[in-house]
Amino acid sequence: MGSLSIIFKRELLSYFATPLAYIFIVIFLVSNGIFTFDLGGFYIRGQADLLPFFSFHPWLYLFMVPAIAMSLWADERKTGTIELLLTLPVRLADVVVGKYLAAWALTGIALLLTFPIWLTVNYLGDPDNGVIVAAYIGSWFMAGGFLAIGSCMSACTKSPVIAFILTVSLCFLFVIMGSPILLDAFPDWFPQFLVDAFFAMGFLTHFDSIAKGVLDIRDFLFFSVFIAAWLLATAIVIEIKKAN
Amino acid sequence: MIEIINLSKSFDQVTAVDDLSFTVKEGEVLGFLGPNGAGKSTTMKLITGFLSPTAGSVLVHGHDISKSPMEAKALMGYLPEGAPSYGDMTTLEFLTFIGQIRGFRGDELAGRVQHVLGEVDLHSVSHQTIDTLSKGFRRRVGLAQAIMHDPKVLILDEPTDGLDPNQKHHVRQLIKNLARDKIVIISTHILEEVTAVCTRAIIIAAGRIVADGTPGELESQSKYHHAVSVRLTSDYDLESDLANVPEVGAVEKDDEDELTYTILAKNRESIFSKVSEIAQSKNWPVTEFHVRRGQLEDVFRTITQQAEGAE
Repeated sequence: MGSLSIIFKRELLSYFATPLAYIFIVIFLVSNGIFTFDLGGFYIRGQADLLPFFSFHPWLYLFMVPAIAMSLWADERKTGTIELLLTLPVRLADVVVGKYLAAWALTGIALLLTFPIWLTVNYLGDPDNGVIVAAYIGSWFMAGGFLAIGSCMSACTKSPVIAFILTVSLCFLFVIMGSPILLDAFPDWFPQFLVDAFFAMGFLTHFDSIAKGVLDIRDFLFFSVFIAAWLLATAIVIEIKKAN
Repeated sequence: MIEIINLSKSFDQVTAVDDLSFTVKEGEVLGFLGPNGAGKSTTMKLITGFLSPTAGSVLVHGHDISKSPMEAKALMGYLPEGAPSYGDMTTLEFLTFIGQIRGFRGDELAGRVQHVLGEVDLHSVSHQTIDTLSKGFRRRVGLAQAIMHDPKVLILDEPTDGLDPNQKHHVRQLIKNLARDKIVIISTHILEEVTAVCTRAIIIAAGRIVADGTPGELESQSKYHHAVSVRLTSDYDLESDLANVPEVGAVEKDDEDELTYTILAKNRESIFSKVSEIAQSKNWPVTEFHVRRGQLEDVFRTITQQAEGAE
């Protein structure tokens, strides 16, 4: 068992040592129910798929994920445990990744606990379960993207509230980047490749296709690189800011 | 051995640690003294590798903390300022976590944890979450994690801060017991602690070393070194009796007690026999009569104020 897995385990257990994990999971499940059945018109559509369920995920994550991420580093800095942790014989990379994976695992657990909805749709009809599995994985990767931004923002400040606000704002930006409303707002003279680049960075661009069952390795690659880049940024911010 | 070589650390425009060099050997308990903001904690953070120096290096048994941090950190146990720990864990869980990070597994891990629990007397709270513990217990949890791996180098930032006198005594006893084959560096602003546990003291001010010696040597720099304190039963003119004794300097009247006088030794040499001779021959109305060793506090104030004045 390396330092990474020891830190992962400690972090994950600490979520469940406080009410945080339970509150997160309960609210996640309740909101998912409301979104899917009420707003998403799960029954009215009369289709055996989980599109209404998944299409609300970006907006749900927008507030739920920053709530987990906000204390990831801000608390360590506030209580001074960051000094304890980083003077132990561990690599900074192990700490950054270990803490991140623990939070990501929590979102994964919450997501897995939505399984009754999968059972429901299988009971009512005959959905394409391959598409559903892909969409679950895609949703989890998107949560990971939000979380990686949150990890970096949390490293920037001692205040979890500031970290929360920064994370929500940045995540919102990345969600709407791919939306048609925003893309239409670009003036005609704007270079097309920049508009395309902007579009390509949007979460919705990648998630929408995954949710519809279009499994493109490039969409997963996008989220993986995105996560890695923000975790690297987290490590750099910690290195720079640990003095204050 | 710890070698600190031309260590400097600046934050923006402020120089917190300024070209510090010193060496600490096995068996030494080094007291690190200085006014608040003198750079004590920053120096400790540099030695333990939490901060990277602007210039200079720290070698822990030959391992450079910047170049081979894993090896150097493995040799050290550190109690950071304020003894931070994870409040949502129980004492036992927290110490087990630290033990795992330090590389212990299975029976050895359990044994180590039980050993340190006993060493700092934490068995009674081992299943309580750290958040619910008193300040004194939390500090002991911090100490326990620092000594978990029986480190060769122990660095303690204000280890007795916030403890009651019994706990202070206990922790000092613990440090003394640990110190035999180790290097211990403690930062403190409690001067009695230095006399109680340290074999050497370094005073820093404005990031520089202003004094370095055994507590005894530092005390001897005090103007009260070898001074004689006398308490009288009725007022008496001591000064005229002592006027012709060349070894005697000024006579100070105590601020609080009218009848207590301190006779300073001019060259910080022993004047006890001279003064007692005069006291007997002149029949001073004495109730108390003792020699002072010198006050570390007084040396501390004089030295650090000089250093600040020189800025």
